[in-house]
Amino acid sequence: MGRIRVIFKRELAGYFATPIAAVFIVIFLLLSGAFTFYLGNYFARGQADLVPFFDFHPWLYLVLIPALAMRLWAEERRSGTIELLLTLPVTMWEAVAGKFLAAWCFTGIALALTFPMWITVNLLGEPDNGVILASYLGSLLMAGGFLAIGSCISALTKNQVIAFVISVVICLGFILSGFPLVLELFSGWAPQFLLNAISSFSFLTHFQSISKGVLDLRDILFFLSLIAFWLFATATVIGMKKAES
Amino acid sequence: MGTMVEIQNLRKTFGPIVAVDGVSFTVEKGEVLGFLGPNGAGKSTTMKMITGFLTPTSGTVRICGHNIEDEPIEAKKRIGYLPEGAPAYQDMTPASFLTFIGEMRGYQGATLKRTVSETVEKVNLQSVLNQSIETLSKGFKRRVGLAQAILHDPDVLILDEPTDGLDPNQKHEVRTLIRAMAQEKAIILSTHILEEVHAVCSRAMIIAKGKVVSDGTPAELEGKAPTHNTVLVTIAGVDSLVAHNHLMTVKGVKKIEEQGRDGDLVQFRIYPDDGQWILPDIGHYAREQRWEVRELYPDRGQLDEVFRLLTTPKQTIS
Repeated sequence: MGRIRVIFKRELAGYFATPIAAVFIVIFLLLSGAFTFYLGNYFARGQADLVPFFDFHPWLYLVLIPALAMRLWAEERRSGTIELLLTLPVTMWEAVAGKFLAAWCFTGIALALTFPMWITVNLLGEPDNGVILASYLGSLLMAGGFLAIGSCISALTKNQVIAFVISVVICLGFILSGFPLVLELFSGWAPQFLLNAISSFSFLTHFQSISKGVLDLRDILFFLSLIAFWLFATATVIGMKKAES
Repeated sequence: MGTMVEIQNLRKTFGPIVAVDGVSFTVEKGEVLGFLGPNGAGKSTTMKMITGFLTPTSGTVRICGHNIEDEPIEAKKRIGYLPEGAPAYQDMTPASFLTFIGEMRGYQGATLKRTVSETVEKVNLQSVLNQSIETLSKGFKRRVGLAQAILHDPDVLILDEPTDGLDPNQKHEVRTLIRAMAQEKAIILSTHILEEVHAVCSRAMIIAKGKVVSDGTPAELEGKAPTHNTVLVTIAGVDSLVAHNHLMTVKGVKKIEEQGRDGDLVQFRIYPDDGQWILPDIGHYAREQRWEVRELYPDRGQLDEVFRLLTTPKQTIS
């Protein structure tokens, strides 16, 4: 556990040592604010909740999270530090988990910095703070899912642009997997159980059910097992691809 | 136990390419083993397998008795490794980078601080401790890489081209550092600078096409050179043919080559029988003949000759 913490600490400090942290957080706050107030008609709705705020999170994450995740392993491979890291007395999963948790914690910080939204809504009315808390949790879990996907794609290539583009496409697939755009790709030929399976992978469906305030264990488990799967895939990919410099 | 590194039948293939083809050797405490070989001979791949970065296709690596595949953590704890090009996290400072490495190696608190500052002193990094690594010169970057490798005072030190790209002064510093540590450790370093083998290695191994083609002390290696123990002599005012014939009568002389002429000077290279030591006999003979000898010196043989001899495919004349 100790070595995960050391890697976690170094990675997290790394975000703040470079302009990445400032740029990411500022853009995240600006966009989430802009979406909420302009596109979401926050005031016109006349309701004391944060639904328009959280509704845009999947789309915000779709662009921002792959940008954050693309450097996770691609950068280590490009600079050769992967050889340094993996010849230290550390196991592969400790390295994968440490780096992932740092990135996840960083998005958590960005998410926490949206607290003025929560203050505002509490000043304006009497929202259900339990629902808001659940939505925050759901949003964080979804961000973790996107990050884990990005981590795996980042391990596949040392080209960060490629990592970004592929991650966006895969994340989009997961957001939309319950929607006609994706389902119609399969509906002509795939059996019904596969269609059901695919639609059950929709981030949007799971996120929306959490952000209604219904903390269903299945939704939480969905995101956690998805993260575990993609991190396992990350470790496997690194093991296979590390020989290529 | 003296044996620190034990390698048996190490093999690595990448698809159809055989990078390392059945390499076996051991390294004892106190030895500095120089890995020589042309680019692409398999030096780096071998080192990457010894340090546990790459998994061998077959064969075993034992570090102080710990198999790198079965007990990777125990083995890696005992290794200090400088990968090729001395990679480091560029946005960190040497101070924070070495602290990170120290923590990964299990140091904490006061011990961590002391270990880092001792290492910094050893490699002379004091002046750049708080600059980010990306702004450092090549020499300092290499020293940062060396520092992270020796920080935990490992039993086994693996250095992939530790002096590559350094200026002569920096090379000298790094070699002095390696020599100073040699007693306590088993060191493997790769290089293609042959003078380095003389400067630091107690043993040299030449690798070509994934195979060990020669293994011995630097002196033994030189003994394989065709010019080993030949004598170069420059004489003034003699007829070269006459001198040539005279010299052939000296005991132990096998062959004489005229190296060149300059005015009334003529230079010969004299090859001995079976690499024997004929310099005194040549000197003695020249004095007896009352020749005016301008130069007389032995040639121990050049490592790069041996290197070329062993690593270039033999030309077959058909």
